[in-house]
Amino acid sequence: MRFITRARAVGALGIVVSLVLMLAVNANLSTKLAEQRAAGSAKAPSSVWGYVSQLYIPEPKTPPGTPPVATIPLPTLGTVFFICVLLIAAGAFLIARNPERRGIGGYVSALIGFTFFVLLIWAVAGDRVDLADTLSRVVRVSTPLGLGALAGLVCERSGVVNIGIEGMMLTGACFGYIAALVVGNWFDAAGQAPVWFGVLIAVLTGGIMAALHALLSIRFKIDQIISGTVINIMAVGLTGYLRSNFIIKYDSPVKKPLNDLPIPGLSDIPLLGPVLFNHKPITYMMLLLVLIMHVLLFRTVWGLRTRAIGEHPKAADTVGIKVNRMRFWNVVIGGFLAGLAGAWFALEVTFRFDDLMTNGQGFIALAAMIFGKWTPLGAYGGALLFSSANALQLKVQNYDFALAPQFLQMLPYVVTIIVLAGVIGKARPPAAVGEPYDH
Amino acid sequence: MNNVIPALEVRDITKRFPGVLANDHISFTLLPGEIHAFLGENGAGKSTLMNILYGLYAPDEGQIFINGEAVTIRNPSDAIARGLGMVHQEYALVDTLTVTENIILGTELQKNLLIDRKRAHQEVERLSQEYGLIVPPDSLVGDLPVGVQQRVEILKALYRRVNMLILDEPTAVLTPQEADDLFRVMRELADQGKSIIFITHKLREVLAVADRITVLRRGKVVGSANPHESTERSLAAMMVGREVVLQVEKGPAHPGEVVLEVEGLAALDDRGVQVLNDVSLEVRAGEVLGIAGVQGNGQTELVQAITGLQPASHGKVRLKGQDITALEPRQITAKGVAYIPEDRKGTGLVLDYTIAENMVLSTYYKPPFTQGLTLKEEAISEHADELIETFDVRTPSQLTAAGSLSGGNQQKIIVAREFSRDNVLLIASQPTRGIDVGSIEFIHKSIIAQRDAGVAVLLVSAELDEVLSLADRVAVMYHGSIVATLPAAEATRERVGLLMAGVQQEETTNG
Repeated sequence: MRFITRARAVGALGIVVSLVLMLAVNANLSTKLAEQRAAGSAKAPSSVWGYVSQLYIPEPKTPPGTPPVATIPLPTLGTVFFICVLLIAAGAFLIARNPERRGIGGYVSALIGFTFFVLLIWAVAGDRVDLADTLSRVVRVSTPLGLGALAGLVCERSGVVNIGIEGMMLTGACFGYIAALVVGNWFDAAGQAPVWFGVLIAVLTGGIMAALHALLSIRFKIDQIISGTVINIMAVGLTGYLRSNFIIKYDSPVKKPLNDLPIPGLSDIPLLGPVLFNHKPITYMMLLLVLIMHVLLFRTVWGLRTRAIGEHPKAADTVGIKVNRMRFWNVVIGGFLAGLAGAWFALEVTFRFDDLMTNGQGFIALAAMIFGKWTPLGAYGGALLFSSANALQLKVQNYDFALAPQFLQMLPYVVTIIVLAGVIGKARPPAAVGEPYDH
Repeated sequence: MNNVIPALEVRDITKRFPGVLANDHISFTLLPGEIHAFLGENGAGKSTLMNILYGLYAPDEGQIFINGEAVTIRNPSDAIARGLGMVHQEYALVDTLTVTENIILGTELQKNLLIDRKRAHQEVERLSQEYGLIVPPDSLVGDLPVGVQQRVEILKALYRRVNMLILDEPTAVLTPQEADDLFRVMRELADQGKSIIFITHKLREVLAVADRITVLRRGKVVGSANPHESTERSLAAMMVGREVVLQVEKGPAHPGEVVLEVEGLAALDDRGVQVLNDVSLEVRAGEVLGIAGVQGNGQTELVQAITGLQPASHGKVRLKGQDITALEPRQITAKGVAYIPEDRKGTGLVLDYTIAENMVLSTYYKPPFTQGLTLKEEAISEHADELIETFDVRTPSQLTAAGSLSGGNQQKIIVAREFSRDNVLLIASQPTRGIDVGSIEFIHKSIIAQRDAGVAVLLVSAELDEVLSLADRVAVMYHGSIVATLPAAEATRERVGLLMAGVQQEETTNG
């Protein structure tokens, strides 16, 4: 058939990128990747793998403030060359075997991840990088993106566009925060209970905002984009008003956000421990929800019906599925998820509420959803892509680096555009998304 | 037979739409194990009647009895619960779900909160074997050919344990062989006691498979017939209300010079899949080349590539020896190419424009319709009056919006516009789809008149009968290629049907 296929184009691109990165790194031999370690615990590695694994072992018992005494150097050049060779080999494999779909997405993801890795090494040339800490931060800041992407996905899979996620997050954050303040005051409690109550209210608030979106777009068939925009604008006005007229004047004994919740045992695992099992509650919930949602969407009756009404509502209607009722509840569920993401901002990372504190993450979450082709696991992949670009950018700000951090921040969006342009298979939205259903 | 309680009985069903009496006191019975055909032209009220039975419309008057019991059917799930299933012309299938998922949708079996895929799978296999409806249970429906999708639709109804099945124009998208296969399944179902309502406008099929025939015209039952005592001619007369000429009258063709020459043409569809491979053909002045083939075998892309509506990825199109491959549609039109598009409402007309405006869509920018920057209303109006007269467009006024006319009259506007220019080539794609018999006759005659006036005609139609009766030569398309070109005399229904199904010539002659 055609000689230049998607697989071959991607493979060729991968080889070129790998070669460029190889050359780029060549100039930065002295970069060391390491974990902060207490003195005396360094052991000579016995193999390449020894290097790599020891490198990541954290010292959880180290008291804070201890200066890093020993570092394990990673053979940077060797590691990069090794990965480059692997990627070139995989690229050659794609060109030779020319698969239709399988493997292309994985290859592109590996390429992007590796590019970030090399950019990091390049940027911190000569200094140390605490990998476990960097990755842990990536997971942490992926929380609102992951939840937002799931929220977008339950709506869009059922056929309703939801660009109001940002507004639902913001309102959730605001009301959740107010609820925590007020309840703390009433019961004169300063602990975690009022904050948890705030989380609950944040979730419900997101759901109520979503119900409004559902009412406007499903019941009254207002254009879904307009209805979502209404939610966003309303959220800004409402929360701004509440902040300046209530929040800043209100005094409450509650001062602290949700506590850290390291999972006993698991958080001590090298590398994986700090990255996955040493977080605050909403981050765990997000990780679980991504997995649960994937199973729900592809293995349960609810999921099957959701996919059907977003794709061909008439077909679902003729077999007795109540299309509009189901869409309504899906949008509300999306609102709950967005509200939980809002709680992350106001009640988990910090305990405060600022104007516009969700900072566009609700929109970026939709980009992550599209990146993941409307599947929960894929969307979370997208969320990680955006959050790692963000972490990289924050890191690079501390160094004198040739590329302005703003350009690094643009990288994920460039990648998303490339994805939308059809490099990793076509990102095809549910067929009936955005169309009100009328029998 | 008289003591048998009918599976379904309908008494005096009436349904009005604004300005139309779609069903006028319709009554009939459906017996257990019978195949009851409903015959009627487009707009005779068949679909309205079936949508009432299936709970999609509420009747204004009348009663429905199922197994002797009066019932009200509020929605499709009501109908299914009472044992009445329906396979629509446009399948109600979700392309992105698998065959099994489509079948169980809405009636899923569960185990530990998850869908019990194993049992669903077994159930589909069992039904599929019991009725000889072979389907691949784990394939995505969107990847299957329409004939198989139709089996999925039927299985979907059987899975819900229906004992009555309405099939709405089920053969419209099938090859003759697939249609025969469907008739075999219908017979099998009827033998097992299921009742079938078979809606169609194809006389041959009714005679082949029905036990009983009811004919509808303008919303009324105009008669019943027994297939053993009927002929295509008698049924056609009943359906249209007068004698109709089934065969198009035409003399022998007198082919002249080559007008259209297509060489190695290839094109992609909107998903980027190559759907037209290396097609070559030529059409001479004064002949009709008919392209037969099941819908979706590249005909659309072929026509669009010739008319410049979509780029060809390879190959050349020449008009009277001149390369027109890369020209804009307007330039191609200006060279004397008339085009009747398959999508009347989307491509053929601007539905919100008046008839007069639609009639100058391809010439409005030239005198006498334009002078300087302004349109000449008078010239446009005169032009419209003339064409409405000549082409017998039935309309209250030339200022009526094209969208408010019937399909047949809309099609006549297009024909009038296209034939009003001086043409060397006519490309007619599905020229009579979904229009009444009167208009079909008129358009067929007009096409033959163009041929006799020395125009080269390329006719594309999914209706095999149309191709066979109009074409002087028949080319058959399958999977984006022309698999054979036959002179009309050798193009028998059987031979063309097999070619349409992708069976190669050698196999047919050997076997």
